[in-house]
Amino acid sequence: MILPTISGSPHVHGEQSIQKIMFGVVIALVPAFFVSIYFFGFDALKLVVVSIAACLLFEYLIQKYLIKGVVTINDGSAVVTGLLLAFNVPSNLPVWIMIVGAFVAIGIAKMSYGGIGKNIFNPALVGRVFLLLSFPVQMTSWPVAKPLFAEKLTDAITGPTPLGILKEGLDEGRTISELTSELPTYVTELLGQHGGSLGEVSAIALLLGAFYLFYRRIISWHIPATYLGTVVVFSGILWLINPGIYINPLFHLVTGGMMLGVFFMATDMVSSPMSAKGMLVFGFGAGLITMLIRVWGAYPEGVSFAILIMNAFTPLINKGFKPKRFGEILKT
Amino acid sequence: MNQVANFTKGFLKENPVFILLLGMCPTLGVTTSAINGLGMGLATTFVLVMSNLVISLVKNVIPDKVRIPTFIVIIASFVTIVDLFMAGFAPALHEQLGIFIPLIVVNCIVLGRAEAFASRNTVLSSINDGLGMGLGFAFALTLLGAVREILGNGSFFGYRFITGDGILVFILAPGAFITLGFLIAFINTLRKTT
Repeated sequence: MILPTISGSPHVHGEQSIQKIMFGVVIALVPAFFVSIYFFGFDALKLVVVSIAACLLFEYLIQKYLIKGVVTINDGSAVVTGLLLAFNVPSNLPVWIMIVGAFVAIGIAKMSYGGIGKNIFNPALVGRVFLLLSFPVQMTSWPVAKPLFAEKLTDAITGPTPLGILKEGLDEGRTISELTSELPTYVTELLGQHGGSLGEVSAIALLLGAFYLFYRRIISWHIPATYLGTVVVFSGILWLINPGIYINPLFHLVTGGMMLGVFFMATDMVSSPMSAKGMLVFGFGAGLITMLIRVWGAYPEGVSFAILIMNAFTPLINKGFKPKRFGEILKT
Repeated sequence: MNQVANFTKGFLKENPVFILLLGMCPTLGVTTSAINGLGMGLATTFVLVMSNLVISLVKNVIPDKVRIPTFIVIIASFVTIVDLFMAGFAPALHEQLGIFIPLIVVNCIVLGRAEAFASRNTVLSSINDGLGMGLGFAFALTLLGAVREILGNGSFFGYRFITGDGILVFILAPGAFITLGFLIAFINTLRKTT
């Protein structure tokens, strides 16, 4: 439960627990999970199971034998990390690389800081970026999604993501109107039948999950609203200046890891700011960095880098945007 | 302090990299392979021993106000010798280490030992101190380089034991920080238990 304002006592217990919140997130990710199985088949199921099992195992081993403390694998946080990590990789990723990613996410990004609640960075994103830097070839060959029951043409067709097509095309000096025929239509982008990571392809399924998170009040509107707002305004201004080389804001919203990152990873309670104002700053910064990387950076996609960079700013934001105490005398 | 302790303290108890956290720039910058780490470590060892020797010899004639510039001049002379020597006899390694060889001049370990040890101890103690600190530095850099090379490139001192690529991130800058962090954590645990 996020409390943008903190009032004085007495307080009523909100009947929330880490476990309830974490399994709420898992439920919210179920639609996207079914979509990924529909498009990527057995590979998707295999990677998700391997990733979750590996995360749980590493967390158990480290807590039991290295830290020698309380084992907290039942709280569901490792399940969420494993699920999000698997959602962030291409479906044809070798299983052993998935296990390396799970080890980095749990061992380096979470446990070396002391476990849940103490990690500075979002564990799943650290795992993903580690894999992206370490295995650039395997992490950027995207199998094209094809419906589960469609006729089997070949075992695996790989193709670029919509953002990849865009970046490469623009680098070659072509214009947006020339590239439009190669890009998927907005309907397929919303539903998810295009190249991309397991869980990021369908914007609709992720939005469904996001609504559930809002309904359960696990996330608040602050970060997603400023994040998406910044992206729309930034790309909108560029689009109005020159629609020939800058694509419209809608494309930026429904492609890449935008929906997954904005609703499920930027809002991570541990690594995002605590106060409402801080969250607004966090969302703005993440949106800005995402667009800078997407438009002028070397990588076609910038959501994961943007969220990690803002994670590093979170302690500073928390310090700068402390809520005022009741009765505090304002400095004039 | 006896001479054995002067020599051995640089290895673990006062290891410049793992305990004192000095000289982080070459430590993180050149340790992409074991041979780079060893080369850098040995070059620094030579400079340390020679500068410690000379500074402890002339410590009584250096005016206190200009001691730092004097130390730097002495250190820079030996760094120039190492630089030209490596360019002549190990051009490949010299190419790899690049700017980090001239930068030994401003390495905090070298200046630190000159200021904290050689300028107030006898010649023999200073040589032992320089040798111990230098070898401790070389050991740390070789260890760091070896771990990064094994994980990142699948090879050890250039001998490849896997086909294809390793975990590339360990060759890149983030890998240096992650590896160093875990090595320091490991050594701290060792020190606590013994």
